[in-house]
Amino acid sequence: MNDMTRVERAVDSKDIKINAKQVQVYYGDTHAIKDVDVEIEDKTVTAFIGPSGCGKSTFLRCLNRMNDTIDICRVQGDILLDGEDIYDKRVDPVQLRAKVGMVFQKPNPFPKSIYDNVAYGPRIHGLAKNKAELDEIVEKSLRRGAIWDEVKDRLDAPGTGLSGGQQQRLCIARAVATEPEVLLMDEPCSALDPIATAQVEELIDELRSRYSVVIVTHSMQQAARVSQKTAFFHLGNLVEFGETGQIFTNPEDPRTESYITGRIG
Amino acid sequence: MTDASMQSPETGRHTVSLTASDARTKKRAAAEKRFRAYGITAIATGLFFLIVLFASILSQGIPAFQRTVVSVDFTLTQQQQEQAEGTLFKTKAYSDLFISELNSELAERGISVDFDAAAIERLLGKVGGTIRTFYAENPDKLGEPIEFDLAASSRVDGYFKGRVSRDTLQDSRFLQLSDLDLVDALKEAGIIKQVFNWPFITGADSGVDNPGGAGIGASVVGSFFMMLVVLCLSLPIGVAASIYLEEFAPQNRFTDLIEVNISNLAAVPSIVFGILGLAVFIQFMHLPQSAPLVGGLVLTLMTLPTIIISTRASLKAVPPSIRDAALGVGASKMQAVFHHVLPLAAPGILTGTIIGLAQALGETAPLLLIGMVGFVARGYPDGFLAGFTEPNSAMPAQIYTWAARADVGFYEKAWGGIIILLMFLLTMNIIAIILRRRFERRW
Repeated sequence: MNDMTRVERAVDSKDIKINAKQVQVYYGDTHAIKDVDVEIEDKTVTAFIGPSGCGKSTFLRCLNRMNDTIDICRVQGDILLDGEDIYDKRVDPVQLRAKVGMVFQKPNPFPKSIYDNVAYGPRIHGLAKNKAELDEIVEKSLRRGAIWDEVKDRLDAPGTGLSGGQQQRLCIARAVATEPEVLLMDEPCSALDPIATAQVEELIDELRSRYSVVIVTHSMQQAARVSQKTAFFHLGNLVEFGETGQIFTNPEDPRTESYITGRIG
Repeated sequence: MTDASMQSPETGRHTVSLTASDARTKKRAAAEKRFRAYGITAIATGLFFLIVLFASILSQGIPAFQRTVVSVDFTLTQQQQEQAEGTLFKTKAYSDLFISELNSELAERGISVDFDAAAIERLLGKVGGTIRTFYAENPDKLGEPIEFDLAASSRVDGYFKGRVSRDTLQDSRFLQLSDLDLVDALKEAGIIKQVFNWPFITGADSGVDNPGGAGIGASVVGSFFMMLVVLCLSLPIGVAASIYLEEFAPQNRFTDLIEVNISNLAAVPSIVFGILGLAVFIQFMHLPQSAPLVGGLVLTLMTLPTIIISTRASLKAVPPSIRDAALGVGASKMQAVFHHVLPLAAPGILTGTIIGLAQALGETAPLLLIGMVGFVARGYPDGFLAGFTEPNSAMPAQIYTWAARADVGFYEKAWGGIIILLMFLLTMNIIAIILRRRFERRW
């Protein structure tokens, strides 16, 4: 993929997968996210860009309630997944996270075999009735993670023994193994070299055919390469949200323009 | 500046050669050298004391593993037994038979020495009783030659080990100078000899006047049952408490208070736990006195803070990314902890537990207060369950008891006991290291 592809990319309107309305996030007394409204479409890659500390990762973690693990964090406003409020009292965050998978900044495979890494999610959710079905899920997920050919002969080897790029693709395979509907990625390439980054980016583009992907990135080139929609965050505010091509070529807000041209951030 | 420095004409600055060191560098290098010397001195001092300690333990304790026995081939016919049983002083009859046997053996080897029954009693204790009991229990051995290994008295033992000498010996009812002539004769005949002291390892404590018969075996069993209680109680309680505090408990004043108190508990003197055990377990709950069960309960209280602190440290050391990863694929908090965090923390938890157990194994003070000290390790418990409730001692308490007794023979036993205790501690530490290595290699 290269920067040129973005101009010829057709963006057609799709179903809204996640609808966030007036989201506020507080860390103790700090108001980290202010009045954010975002509509994330199905089968689309949405990129969150912005300078460090602008709240894009915080907002991403709201989408599968990973912020619940932080005691002092409070979330207000509505985040609807397929029309259901995920912060409803009746919602089990564990079930939500099975539906909204997450890939983290640093590759974090479990210190177990490659097979067990991928099989863990399906196992705890009871997605496979027997060993044969589980084998099938593992192979399918590793194929989707574009790492099957590299590891098919050593599924028993520890996942931590792989290279950084392979580990991150293993983590993506692990995330898709539970058949999520949305995949959240928090700077998935920041710890990878350019070649591994290119592989992961290619993978993200393939994942778009099945999932709604939300990616946080510090690299504007990456956002331009992989996403169809881009949201620019600054100091906790959502400054601009629109089609990637438009954000990068013709931003409406002067702050967006300053950021993408390298004057702030 | 040193001679190597020179004035640079263009800049007017001093240019210093890198090969010559200036005053500051010299000072810094000297300070570094001094610091290294301090470090090496500290380590050398530590090693020196360690070597002195081990040398003195070994030199004092090794004799406890040897004992002096008189071995005599002895044959008793049925007729002789019946005759002896018919006399008024039965054991004296057996004693006389033994003495005549000994006499004939000495004569065979061409050694002549005068001795009487009283001398034999001073040397070997009540021989007749021992022989009579043996034949009463094993009547089928009648008529066969049996080699009797009769333990020599503590002073004879001391004579062999150099503790008692002819110059320092004063005639007493325990041993007289003339007896030493007999001992020398027996030695020449090869009848009296030193053998490995199995009874010391397998036996139970003896009376205060019989250091030769004292063994540490029964108190090893007492220690074993105590450790069993400590392990079964403190590991699950400690690990459960740490997991709850570290992974689930909210951060508030109350949990802060609990944390501070756990750290404080680790510093409470062990005798305080002993008096608590006496008041609560024995006087209030009426659990049996001197029982390994109570000892184990008290030591559990002492070990818990150690286990909790080390478990929490190893849980903290597990990277948060592993928890995130598990939560990210839809594991519940409990699944994340039990499937991923706990296995990773296991080596640290095991090491902490074994070190806590080793500490408990060497603890004496609380046992003094609940009565696991003194002449209680009289024998082995009757069964597995009785092992928890029957009065018994523990290794360190047994060592303390021996060290406090008047007879110098017990002093040697105390050192020997220390060697056995150290061997157990060493084994536990080696197990801790092996377990740690093995678990770490799996990842």
